[in-house]
Amino acid sequence: MTGISRRHFTQGLGAVAGAGVLAGRGRAAFAQARPKVVIIGGGAGGATAARYLAKDSEGAIDITLIEPTKTYYTCFFSNLYIGGFRSFESIGHSYATLASDYGVNVVHDWATGIDRDAKKVALASGGRVAYDRLVVAPGIDFDYDSVPGYSIEASGLMPHAWKAGTQTALLKSKIEAMREGGTYVMVAPPNPYRCPPGPYERVSMVAHHLKSTNPSAKIVILDPKEAFSKQALFMEGWEKHYPGMIEWLPKSIIGDIKTVDARAGTIETDFDTFKADVANVISAQMAGTIARDAGLADDSGYCPIEPATLRSTMDAAIHVLGDSCIAGDMPKSGFSANSQAKAAAMAIRADLLDAKAFPPRFSNTCWSLISTDNGVKVGARYEAGEDKITKTDGFISETGEDAELRKATYEESLGWYAGITADMFG
Amino acid sequence: MRGSGGYAMVLAAAFFVVGMGDALASDPLLDQGRKIFRKCQSCHQVGVSAKHTVGPLLNDIYGRRAGTLEGYRYSRAMEAAGQEGLVWSEEALSAYLEDPKSAVHGTKMNFGGLRDPDDRRAVVAFLRQFSPGAANIPEAPPTAPLENADPEIPPHILALEGDPDYGEYLSSECVTCHQADGEDKGIPSITGWPGDRFVTVLHAYKTKSRDNQVMQSIAASLSDEEIAALAAYFSKAGQ
Repeated sequence: MTGISRRHFTQGLGAVAGAGVLAGRGRAAFAQARPKVVIIGGGAGGATAARYLAKDSEGAIDITLIEPTKTYYTCFFSNLYIGGFRSFESIGHSYATLASDYGVNVVHDWATGIDRDAKKVALASGGRVAYDRLVVAPGIDFDYDSVPGYSIEASGLMPHAWKAGTQTALLKSKIEAMREGGTYVMVAPPNPYRCPPGPYERVSMVAHHLKSTNPSAKIVILDPKEAFSKQALFMEGWEKHYPGMIEWLPKSIIGDIKTVDARAGTIETDFDTFKADVANVISAQMAGTIARDAGLADDSGYCPIEPATLRSTMDAAIHVLGDSCIAGDMPKSGFSANSQAKAAAMAIRADLLDAKAFPPRFSNTCWSLISTDNGVKVGARYEAGEDKITKTDGFISETGEDAELRKATYEESLGWYAGITADMFG
Repeated sequence: MRGSGGYAMVLAAAFFVVGMGDALASDPLLDQGRKIFRKCQSCHQVGVSAKHTVGPLLNDIYGRRAGTLEGYRYSRAMEAAGQEGLVWSEEALSAYLEDPKSAVHGTKMNFGGLRDPDDRRAVVAFLRQFSPGAANIPEAPPTAPLENADPEIPPHILALEGDPDYGEYLSSECVTCHQADGEDKGIPSITGWPGDRFVTVLHAYKTKSRDNQVMQSIAASLSDEEIAALAAYFSKAGQ
């Protein structure tokens, strides 16, 4: 299946683990005895959890992954598509290997509800899937109302492109079609949100594209924050590569956003009105709807979890991973979700199969591309504290680094993309 | 007398180096090649006691079909290149060294390449000395393996017996970036390394004598035993 030794991971499985036993009892009897894990969402959290559960339990767990899209477009690296550094196809991934090589039952459907008492997940097509343990990893949903005038309909005219796929392609086409000397306006999200450096990497990639195709164009960022991730690195890079093109306006200058008008293409703040040729509105965010509807979120809109296991504090049979959970000091990122998924998969195997569990190892690194061969990174390590996941150590690229190091950092990010997507999808 | 013994030893050592230089590399091209080979020697050995480490040993490389040495685990890409007819000639080596990842797409050799043709000519000429059968080269005596730049690791750390099962658990963190099957897609391959090299390199990150921030941060979080466990696991992984 995977070529990786599983001596350790099969410990504790006892009599049900061996292939001989499987043959002796017959597959049907064996299958009925297997505990069922259902995973909602096939992103960095859900796909990784599915793969690690399958790989390490060697068929002793019945795993169902519910994910509506057949091709998953990663949100990470979608900015590089906007910048022209990646093709759209190169950020798309199929679940075929998880199904064929790992035996994961991949169901392409929407999970519409969780019946926590009956331990069943309802599907849009009408079916219900029973679980012994449920992994909820739906990513984010948008709090459209956080930007007055914005809505799911308005996102067709003012894309957020903060979930990768058609929205990303829409934003790119709008940037490409922008009039000469036009203005791209980004409404940046308030904390906490998916991918902290992401909006500023996006601006870098939009600037990179416009510099060659539409050099008199302008970029304005309307930011409800006073500071942002890797700020010194981005500011230095913008000054160097795109002088005079990008204007960052924090809340202290613009006040609040009073309203956006998607048809007119205007964004009105307390002090000014901005006319956008292309508007990219990234609203406030919250845990995916299914997690909130199931009562797994608290007043923050995200889901509280036990730090070491990602188990929901609301329901012992449910683990919440990735952007939907409250992961303490960990940022909402694909890398974080992948890291959390491994801890949760280990805890679930310990629970269901009596396998050994080690202390989790949490880490994150976020690479960002500023311009051609100019990559930067920020990262940290974390441990499961009493009440939350706590940062223990961190690093960040420095301003003034030489071109060789920045190129190496970019190339490292390409290696990471290949690594994490192989780790998610097999 | 206290000082004289040491003095004699220094003289002897100096004489040995000069003597070896005379035999091996009186030619400026070969001197240059020897210098450039320092870039290679953290992964490759040549000479009389050379063995496979992270990369295959490079004795007798001239005329050998790519990806065929016993006892070394090549990338699938390198094996395929050999099966398709890649044989190491001066031209083939030079083309490979210019841009390894383009010449053999999927090679696990983590080296950016030598863009300067003079550098390639020099290092290829240097390697010839260790391939006595290569056409048009004077035979030269082999040397001891060259030292690499990483710090010396105390013997008690190198001697730690790692638990490969624990290493497998710890490895789940590594394979977020490093390919589990040992391919190099922008981040170095770490499968099939000799255990002592693996330990040495992780300790070099831990002591910050190697400078990748991600690796420094990970190495700092690993105990000596955990590094040994990872070394034990990855020496066998990807097979």
